[in-house]
Order: sequence, then structure tokens, then C-alpha cells
Amino acid sequence: MRDIGKSFPGVRALSDVSLTLHAGEVLALVGENGAGKSTLMKILAGAQTADEGEIVVDGHTVRNESPHAAEAVGIGMIYQEFNLVPHLTAVENIVLGNEPTRGGLLDPAAARARAAGVLDDLGIEIPLDVPTARLSVGQQQIVEIAKVLSKHARIIVMDEPSAALTDREVDRLFAIIAKLKAAAVGVIYISHRMEELPRIADRITVMRDGRAIETRAASDFPPGDIVRAMVGRTVDAHYPVAPPVAAGAPVVLDVRGITRTGVIDDVSFNVRAGEIVGLAGLVGAGRTEILRAIAAADIVQSGSIAIDGMPQRLRTPGEGIAAGIAFITEDRKGQGLVLGMTVRENISLAHLAQFINRELLIDRTRESAVAEQKIEELRIRVTGPEQPVRTLSGGNQQKVVLAKWLLGTARVFLFDEPTRGIDIGAKAEIYALILTLAQQGAAIVMVSSELPEVLGLSHRVLAIREGRIAAEFSREQATPAAVIAAATGAAR
Amino acid sequence: MTLALRNYWVRIVAALAVLTVLVIVVNVAAHGTFLQPSNIVRVLRQITYNCILGIGQTFVIITAGIDLSIGSLVSLTGVVMAIVANSLHIGGIPLLAVTLLAGLAVGAAAGYVNAVPVVKLNLPPFITTFAMLEVTLGLSYIISHGRPVALTNADAFAGVGYGSFLGPLTKALHLPSIPTPVIWMIVVIAIFTVILTRTRFGRYVFAIGGNEEAARLAGVNTARIKTLVYVISGMCAAIVGFLYMALFGSGSPQTGTGDELLEAIAAVVVGGTSLMGGQGSIIGTFFGALLIGLLYNAMNLLNIDSYLQKVVLGAVILLAVILDELRKRYLSKA
Repeated sequence: MRDIGKSFPGVRALSDVSLTLHAGEVLALVGENGAGKSTLMKILAGAQTADEGEIVVDGHTVRNESPHAAEAVGIGMIYQEFNLVPHLTAVENIVLGNEPTRGGLLDPAAARARAAGVLDDLGIEIPLDVPTARLSVGQQQIVEIAKVLSKHARIIVMDEPSAALTDREVDRLFAIIAKLKAAAVGVIYISHRMEELPRIADRITVMRDGRAIETRAASDFPPGDIVRAMVGRTVDAHYPVAPPVAAGAPVVLDVRGITRTGVIDDVSFNVRAGEIVGLAGLVGAGRTEILRAIAAADIVQSGSIAIDGMPQRLRTPGEGIAAGIAFITEDRKGQGLVLGMTVRENISLAHLAQFINRELLIDRTRESAVAEQKIEELRIRVTGPEQPVRTLSGGNQQKVVLAKWLLGTARVFLFDEPTRGIDIGAKAEIYALILTLAQQGAAIVMVSSELPEVLGLSHRVLAIREGRIAAEFSREQATPAAVIAAATGAAR
Repeated sequence: MTLALRNYWVRIVAALAVLTVLVIVVNVAAHGTFLQPSNIVRVLRQITYNCILGIGQTFVIITAGIDLSIGSLVSLTGVVMAIVANSLHIGGIPLLAVTLLAGLAVGAAAGYVNAVPVVKLNLPPFITTFAMLEVTLGLSYIISHGRPVALTNADAFAGVGYGSFLGPLTKALHLPSIPTPVIWMIVVIAIFTVILTRTRFGRYVFAIGGNEEAARLAGVNTARIKTLVYVISGMCAAIVGFLYMALFGSGSPQTGTGDELLEAIAAVVVGGTSLMGGQGSIIGTFFGALLIGLLYNAMNLLNIDSYLQKVVLGAVILLAVILDELRKRYLSKA
């Protein structure tokens, strides 16, 4: 890609970006949210068109005016949010848009053979004949990879492929990428996870503010330098240390034996004022489900919770909020935000009662003022409270979700993957915010797939496995090895 | 100016521009009869019924639902109200009020029944309200024995049906008289605009249409809000049933069973409310109904064949929606 430039209304998204990818190479593309990585990759994959510059594949200039045209020259894109049709099987998804036919009718046998062929080359087996909705996230990703490979892709772009995977699935992904390299496929790998770059990347390109800042061989690019190049300043990558919980701090959240058949099995724990409890475990172990049960987003069969010693019978999320629970969900777009609404409307949504005036109408002036205030407090980068949240970057969207929950007087904060898919700068701000909430006496439960994050922030860590608490660790005891062993069952 | 506000004004200006051009062309072709105040008032009067139906429907459609039962509900509430009115031994305002309340109760109850399977079992509203369409229409024919129920006290309702508002005043000012139904429409527009844009309920309607799960997790009682939108739609149908009954002096099972349902939905969609939910406005629905009404009126003035009118109407609805989509794309780029 040579001298690519792209502008959106009011924003220069890319300027003079040049990028080279060799056959059989993994090029990691890193940068904060909004640095232009996604836009650049969308241009490569034909989902958007560049204003300036050109794309050259194997010495030929190509015009990627549509995803179809990009596919034709061997460029395949795997988006962070998969593009699978959930009701179709793995085979049907792999051949989608390119179905083998015989006499004008679909030829299922040929489709199956083609799909199986691709997976054989990768040395992977997944269920081919069940709807992809029933596959795990890792398996769905393999279907995506097989889909682009079946179209003879020679350049594959992966946008944060490891973000939603368990450690074991990440290992398998890396094995697949190694096979792709051996087959002379070039891979562009977008990631926010510093620690995996040395394992997977041959070269690393750092983007910032729509420019390619620096490219070096991975072996010659220590994490400190990468972070400096990304943010243009040095950032303390360490987690802030939460002060110890005050002796005699009262129990705020008391969870007693909650059980949801097949999902959560007799889970009991408590959280004191000012305490941060981390839930560690594999994806699917039941961590999110425990948070959902506490917030009354799901109904439990048995068990109870108490807040500040008061037993609660919560049947809806609304009752949970009234009881002082704030649930910051993992899926911003699906569960946290109304994307078509403005920043102001999203911030006030859970606490609209605060803005009702004597005529029973919404006091928009006050609503706007409060939204402005939160935008400033949390340093949300927006043009103003009337900007639709759809147009914000991931980190700023997450801040809007947090602002929404900070309006109330919650005693219990449940954070589910609070920093997934957001940049380092925003992460540090969110860590600081969690600590501040704890210092103000809130009880905090945090779920994260990034183990260092859980271990770094929590006072106590609960290892969750198959819907149960497998082990409990104090901060001193919680070493990565011990927690992983408990979460995977290796400890027994 | 903020994006939302600019969006709003571009929509209004675009709608007015289209209307203005149309109006001038037609007026010239119709030798000036189109723009006569009396003709404009006639159009307003004609769109009243579909506009009020469309307003109820707007709430439902913003939550990404649909209510197919409104036409049949006009029929059923009209018949029920005629029977109720005939059984009462009172007159004047109390008679009107009790009759209307009876109709509103029937409409609200039907809306509630529409909503229960939608919120409890998550069934598609297309199916549940279609079932309600059949059931209410059947009930309407059963209780009326298939014949219009004539009002024994039709005179008491005449003021509502085809009376005029502040008649002496408009006459003194040499203005055309304003029909009472138009006043009803204006009041309904005003009330429901405030409800949709300024209350918690209205905000939650948009939130549910935009992202129901996010709304639920934010503490919104989504079942209650969704139930209420169908209740509102049923009550709007009852208001229309009342106005028709007052106009005809009888409650007929055939009233409301023609093009009313589809033209009300057309008014909503032409007015810029998204069938996908999450966005829309009451004033947009009014403009949608007005556009359709003006079109019919213009074609009548120009002596266009009534079969051809249907073709033109369909084309205009499609064109309006395409223009709206292009406008959105233009705005998202600009």
C-alpha cells in the first residue's frame, strides 16, 4: 500500500500511509483506537475506498472498489465481529457467496469436500454440520479463516483475532498462523495485546493519528518502545495498586449459593466496602453469568444476595439498579449502548428519573449539563453531548457506558471485560476510575480475560471453573500459574 | 448546530420543498382551485383519520413493532360506542364523554391483548396483531349483526363529526370554517408529540427500538413500555372510531376496514419513521399523511382516473422513502 490517504467529514483519517507485506510474513499492526488501523484495513479489503494512494499486489496495481474485487486479487479480511450467518452450518458459511453448483442446483457434497479440504490443510477438526451459532468463539473464528482460505486468499487481515479467545484457543490460532506462513500467505495481524506480539509477529508497524509512525523487526522492538511510539509519550504500563481494604470494612455485597441450572453452581462470596474482587477463568466458565445473576439480568433457580446486609429479591435489572447495583456489560454495542441515540441520551438512560421536572417532562437543559459534566470528568472525546454514540471509538463508547452508571448512587459495581478492545490510554483511565470507586467505598467485582489485569487490580481473585468457585486467592497468593491451574482444573 | 438538530431541520425543509413544488404545479394545472383555503381545509379534514391512526402506529413502529389490528379496531370500537350511546339516557357532553371512554377502554384492552404474547412469549407482533385484526373484525360483525348501528341521538354527536370550530369567528373573518375533527387531530398531535419527545416513556420507546437489551439492562421495564405502545395504538384507533361514528351517525362494522390500515402505515413510513425501530416522529407522520392526502386531492382535481391514482400513490410512497434514504446518506457524509 502506497501513500494511502483518506478523509472523513471533519477528520483526516489517514495520511501518506505506506505498508509492505511479504509472502509468508506476519506483520503486526498496532496503535491506539482511532489511530487509523481499521480504516486502513477496510481500504485494503475493499470495504472503503481511499481518496489517495494505490494498492499493489504482486507488482500489479489493483483497484479494490468492493470486498468482492479485493477477494478476487486474494485479499481476505476477518473482522473482530465475525460475519457468519448463525443459522447456517460451518460448511455453508465457508462456501457462502461461492457455492459449488451442479446443473444449477447446490452441490452439498462438493461444498463439504471443499470445506473439509481447507480444514485438513490447517490440520483442524471442527463440527461441520451444526449451525455456527452453536460453535465456540474459537471455532467460529476457524470457520472465518477457512472461509477466506477457500477463496484462495494470499493476504489475510485479522482484526484483533485473539480478543475473544481463551489461552488455549489463542495457541491454536497461532499454530494456524504458522501454517499459513509456511504456505506463503501474508498475514496482517491487528492487536492490542502487547505480550503476544513477540510470539507471533515478524515485523511490527505502529500507527498513530492516521500515520504509520514506525516499522521494525519484532525482535528489535521492545514493548516499551512500541508503547512510546503508539502514544507519542511514555506511559506507565503497570497497574495502579489498590490500597488495602480498611480493617473492619463492612460487607457490601453478599452472594449466597446462587445457582442457575447448567451455568452457575452454588456460588457464594462476599465483597467488602472498598474491595475489588476479580473473577478469573476461561471464556464460558460462568464468570459473566455470575455477574448477570447478581444484576438480575438472568433469573436464578436458588440462592440469594444481600446488599449492605439487606436481603434482596431482585427480579429485573431495574430492581437491581434500585438496590444499588451497576452492571457494566462486556458487549458495549449489544448490551451497553443504544447506538442510534446521542451521548446525552445514553448517559441519562438508566437514571432518567433524576431529570424529571414537576410537569413530568424531561428537563433537557439539566440533562445536557450533566452529560457535559461527565464528558469532562471522564475526558470523553466527543464534539458534544449531541453526538451519536455510533460514531465514537471503542474507548470513548466505553467511557459513555461508565458515565451512565456513575450518575447513580450504586454501592456495587460489576465490571465485565471493562477494557476489551480499547487502547492503552483509555485503559489506564478506566483502571484509575475503578480504584477511585473502591476508595469511595463501593464493592467491585471485575471479570477480565486478561489475567494480568485481574491480578494487578484485585484485592482477591476467585478462580471460576465450570460455574463454580474453584479456588480463592489473596493478592499475594495470586500468581498467574496458580490461578490458571485452578481455572483450568490442572491443580487437582 | 448539532447534528441531530440539523438532521431535523433538513428533514422539515426537504419535506416542505417537495410539497411546495408539488403544490404550485398542481395549483396551476387545476386553475387555482387547489390552493383555495376551502380546499386545503378539506384535505386536512380527510387526512384526520389516517393521521390519528398513524400517530398510534408511530409509537409501535419506533419500538420496531407493527400493529395490523387498527383498522378492525376502528370498526369494533365504532360499533361498541354506538351501542353504548344508544343505551345511555343522558345527553350533551356527558353522553359524548362516556361513549368515548367506552371506546377508549375497548381500544386499550385490545392493545393490551395484542401486547401480551409479544412481551411474554416474544412472538412477532405481525402475527399477534394480525390475529387481532381477524378477531376484532369478527366480533364487530357479530355484535352489530353485520349492519350499521344507527345512533338514536345522532344530533348530539353531529358537532364532533362534522361541526366546525369557532364557526362565528371564522365566518366573521371570512375564513373557511375549521371542521371539529381537524381540531381533534391537532390536539392528538400536540399531546402525543409531548409524550414522545419530552417524557421518560417517550425516551424509553426510542431506547427499546434502538437496543432493547441495553434498555432492559439500564433498568427500563421493557415489557410495560411495549405494552403501552400497543395500548396507545388501540386508543388512537378508538378515537378514529369515535370520529367516524359521529360523522356517519352510526357505528358500522365496515368502517375502517378499507385502505385505512395501510395508508396509516404509509403515512408513518413516508414521515421518516424507521420500520427497523429507534427513530421517528409524530410531526413526520402528520406530514406523511398530509402528503398522501394532498396527492389524492390533487389527482381528483385533475380528474385523474381512480385506478391510476393507486399506481401514482404507490410510486410516490416508494419515491418518498427512497428520497429519505438518500437524504440520510447525504447527511452521514456531509
